Amino acid sequence: MAEPRLSLRGVSKRFYGRSGEVLALEDVRLDVRQGEFLILVGPSGCGKSTILNIVAGLERADAGEVLENGKPVSGPGRDRSVVFQDGALFPWLTAQKNVEFGLKQMGVGRRERAERARSYLRLVHLSRFADSYLHELSGGMRQRVALARALALEPQVLLMDEPFGALDSQTKQGLYGVIQEIWTKTGQTIVFVTHDVREAVCLGDRVVVLSSRPGRVKAEYPITLARPRHVEGVDVARKAQQIAHALRDDLAREQQEEYDLDWQPAESGVLRSADSVMGDYI
Amino acid sequence: MLIGFAVSLVIGIPLGLVLARVRWLDETLGSLVLGLQTLPSICWLPLALLWFGLNDGAIIFVVVIGALLAITVSVRDGVKNVPPVYLRAARTMGASPLAIYTEVLLPASLPSMITGAKLGWSFAWRSLMAGELLFVSVGLGHQMMMGRELADMSQVIAVMIVIVGLGLITDYLIFGSLEQRVRERWGLNA
Ligand SMILES: Nc1ncnc2c1ncn2[C@@H]1O[C@H](COP(=O)(O)OP(=O)(O)OP(=O)(O)O)[C@@H](O)[C@H]1O
Ligand SMILES: [Mg+2]
Repeated sequence: MAEPRLSLRGVSKRFYGRSGEVLALEDVRLDVRQGEFLILVGPSGCGKSTILNIVAGLERADAGEVLENGKPVSGPGRDRSVVFQDGALFPWLTAQKNVEFGLKQMGVGRRERAERARSYLRLVHLSRFADSYLHELSGGMRQRVALARALALEPQVLLMDEPFGALDSQTKQGLYGVIQEIWTKTGQTIVFVTHDVREAVCLGDRVVVLSSRPGRVKAEYPITLARPRHVEGVDVARKAQQIAHALRDDLAREQQEEYDLDWQPAESGVLRSADSVMGDYI
Repeated sequence: MLIGFAVSLVIGIPLGLVLARVRWLDETLGSLVLGLQTLPSICWLPLALLWFGLNDGAIIFVVVIGALLAITVSVRDGVKNVPPVYLRAARTMGASPLAIYTEVLLPASLPSMITGAKLGWSFAWRSLMAGELLFVSVGLGHQMMMGRELADMSQVIAVMIVIVGLGLITDYLIFGSLEQRVRERWGLNA
């Protein structure tokens, strides 16, 4: 069998914060195949961003290691580009120049840089706003610039941290199409973080569910539905429902811990769905 | 005056950049700069006179000290307040350490740099006037002392008005418009 593109081997990470010590990740084992579209889902604070940062080489694991094509990851590299949770675009540059930034670091010439940046902005439907500064763009537009910026580097591995978290469903649907198309075309390996299970099922080859505190791989679901998929599709909805059941227990426990209340998840309409059947996801 | 200010900018900005990024330097040199800032720069005049003699060199030195410290401190604080996520993003895009300085830290902290320059300018201006009042060089301050000696109140007041005028002009025309432009671009004018 071919070498996995990415391999997390017993990755652990501990933070020392104001609220004491947090074991963010414990013994995370995960292989990502070349060309796979992998989704990480899990409750807020379970360490999704931390995993992505470690794979990106921005943070070090306390124990264990990350291998890329069998070689340990020791720092950030252009082969792995990141779409950050809040965009992390540069406000002193126009949309176009933001997309050009990475290309410039690569030493791509001015002409080609502009050309490539333009084509990626077109891909995310922002050609008209190429010369706008960031504060002139809406949140959704900014996030699309961030996507274009990561894509422009044409990386082997694309790491995306809830890139569509703040977008309206209309825009999201368009981008689901765009991203599936890009992925099919380029064969990039994508690790995509979300807490929206439906989004996960719509996009992924495989959905990995993490548990929280400590963050661990709790379950995996291969998604074999035919592509292109549509978020509103019945097949997507059904699969998402199955996975949501699994997440539910964890979420309830976490909320109880966090708010420290005598809170009964079973009484809460928010978490119950009309057709919940115990064990239907097995 | 302009020379002194330019020198302060040229030394102060890189110094502030470095201080913000190199921990051990900041803990040593940085605290020294902060400490020295509490000393009114005209207090350096006697020392400058000893080193440079009674000429423009001494006054330039005082101007530099006055502006330099203010600029360094502002730049350092500005760089320290650059959101770390910008640096992370730049690193994932393969920016070299040099590029991180010139293309991320520098533009990201430009707003506070302009504030620093403005502050530096006013310090420089003050030091210059003080120096001239003490007869180190010939200029507006000197004119004012001449007025005093001739008991010519109108000359003294006229010079004071000129000083205020010049201060306002540089503040509005140069720093004001610069600051406005940068704030607009950075989207800080909510
Ligand atoms: N720099 C840090 N210092 C201290 N604790 C941290 C730090 N970064 C993360 N943590 C802690 O590690 C845990 C995991 O954080 P992480 O950001 O990876 O969560 P997440 O799954 O991405 O959450 P979300 O879905 O809300 O983005 C959290 O409990 C958080 O409090
Ligand atoms: Mg996160």
